[in-house]
Amino acid sequence: MLKRIYAVFRARNLEFMRDRATLAWNIVLPLALIAGLSLAFGGGNRSEFTVGVLGEAIEADAHPFLGTRYVDFVTVPELSEGLRKVSRHQLDLLVRFESPAAYWVNPDSSKGYFAERALLQADSEGELTKEAIGGEPIRYVDWVLPGILGMNMMFSCLFGVGYVVVRYRKNGFLKRLRATPLKPLEFILAQIASRMLLVLTITTVVFVATHLVLDTPMEGNYLDLFAVAALGTICLVALGLLIAARVTSEELAGGLLNMINWPMMLLSGVWFSLEAAGETVQQAALVFPLTHVLDASRAIMFDGASLAEIAPNLLALSAMTVVFLFFGARVFRWHPG
Amino acid sequence: MAIALEARHLVKEYPGVLAVDDVSFAVEEGSCFGLLGPNGAGKTTTVEIIEGVTAATSGEVWYDGEPAGERFREEAGIQFQSTALQDFLTVRETLEMFQALYDRRADLDRIIESCSLTELVDRDNRKLSGGQRQRLLLAVALVNRPRLIFLDEPTTGLDPQARRNFWDLVQRILADGATVILTTHYMDEAQVLCDEIAIMDAGRIVTQGAPDKLLRDRYRGLIIELPLADTAARLGDIEHRTFENLGIVEILSSDVTASLESLAGNGISLDRVKIRQANLEDLFLDLTGHTLRA
Repeated sequence: MLKRIYAVFRARNLEFMRDRATLAWNIVLPLALIAGLSLAFGGGNRSEFTVGVLGEAIEADAHPFLGTRYVDFVTVPELSEGLRKVSRHQLDLLVRFESPAAYWVNPDSSKGYFAERALLQADSEGELTKEAIGGEPIRYVDWVLPGILGMNMMFSCLFGVGYVVVRYRKNGFLKRLRATPLKPLEFILAQIASRMLLVLTITTVVFVATHLVLDTPMEGNYLDLFAVAALGTICLVALGLLIAARVTSEELAGGLLNMINWPMMLLSGVWFSLEAAGETVQQAALVFPLTHVLDASRAIMFDGASLAEIAPNLLALSAMTVVFLFFGARVFRWHPG
Repeated sequence: MAIALEARHLVKEYPGVLAVDDVSFAVEEGSCFGLLGPNGAGKTTTVEIIEGVTAATSGEVWYDGEPAGERFREEAGIQFQSTALQDFLTVRETLEMFQALYDRRADLDRIIESCSLTELVDRDNRKLSGGQRQRLLLAVALVNRPRLIFLDEPTTGLDPQARRNFWDLVQRILADGATVILTTHYMDEAQVLCDEIAIMDAGRIVTQGAPDKLLRDRYRGLIIELPLADTAARLGDIEHRTFENLGIVEILSSDVTASLESLAGNGISLDRVKIRQANLEDLFLDLTGHTLRA
């Protein structure tokens, strides 16, 4: 069994490595995005602001600032939680209107700067005092780095496996494999192993390069972060295989993959936090593997979280992987018709 | 001679189409068995059921005295009618990949040599010509030292020289003791390679046996072929078949001299007459009413 898996694994690797255009795209895309974002969004410059208000509820007449347009106000029950979110660019500003009134802002956040200006303009009586958020603030480029690496991982796993399997099925290569002793599970495991090697290598190289060049923070354990990336890769490959398990048209596969890709990219927290999106959207985002990969990665990188602390994310990824693999192997079809 | 493979009452039904209709046959060990028929006759579907890549609606396949299973997959070599191979892999890498899927191993260098791939071992699959590609697909079918080899329309699209070279390869494989099951719509290919044939039409086997015996049993004599123009009207009561699309008339004769005299006596010119032996295409036409390459 291992020999057969290795044979398919090796052949797939050779095929991928010699397809220079695809290989280059997989490396260039995330590097270009990170470089561009580090230049363009030194501290983030989205058009909307999210301000956390300490307390259980927001009273509209508590302060004139609450009437400011283009600002989303969200309640934050705990100060420590609010400070963490300000530090991680999930909140642009944290305000406490109750006595002693105060506010906290990330000095590396351009959005925080503008939100602070708006706050001070509204606070004509000078009730609020500025307090330090403590610790090392996180730049937007730090925050977005896991998002970009995760997004690249997602595209590589879904398209690099799902699309390729559909092409193999369509051109008869899978049918040829069917006529050998190779079993569906062996084929699937070989695809996972091959994609893992490629994705994890590329992700590691890009992570190390950006870590060295941009001095991105790393509070936790590198091996824990690698484990999250590995589990996320397996889960995303399994999802790609499930989508491609029976499809025989590349166009349909592309449509189905995009149908998964785009919501996952928008709702998993690749580019921005969903803090202002509401509870329902935040809960819905938990169905996406990438949400758990990014939450866990950021917790390790910025908060120094251990594997035990990100166990819910790891369990969710594991459960999804099992479900995707089970149904993927069950409905897998070697050839059209 | 022992039976290598047996198909028992195979049926394959698609919505509205009965692709394979109660097909049964047995193949002797070390022989070449040909499934002959036009496109759409059900040959490929029948063979794919036997190969295990298509599920039968009903029926059984027995290999070497037992229902075809894991051992069959290990010991069978298959060349599909058309198979894409992985891009960017060389000929040798492709053969190594497929060989690793089996426990049985053939000597790869010997296969490469016998399939005339020595000069191509480092060439990318994408850069092979049609004939080179067919030789590689045959080599892929041989990597596990198969006892039973399926060749599905192996020479379709090849030029005459490449076809003859391919036949030589198949004859060498047969000489080594393997059993070959060949599907083709080339009658000459079947006549050269096959010990036994089954002619299929519309999903059914219409006749089966050794090619020479089938022809001997049905045709006692030769076929006289004449141009249709100026002939048909003068044939009188001479028994004949007319092929308007080919512009010819055919007469089956057990006494050619007497037939030619009779034709000349009716005032038919013999300047463009052709006399030939009956072949499998004639047999197919007689049995089904249409040509093999329809």
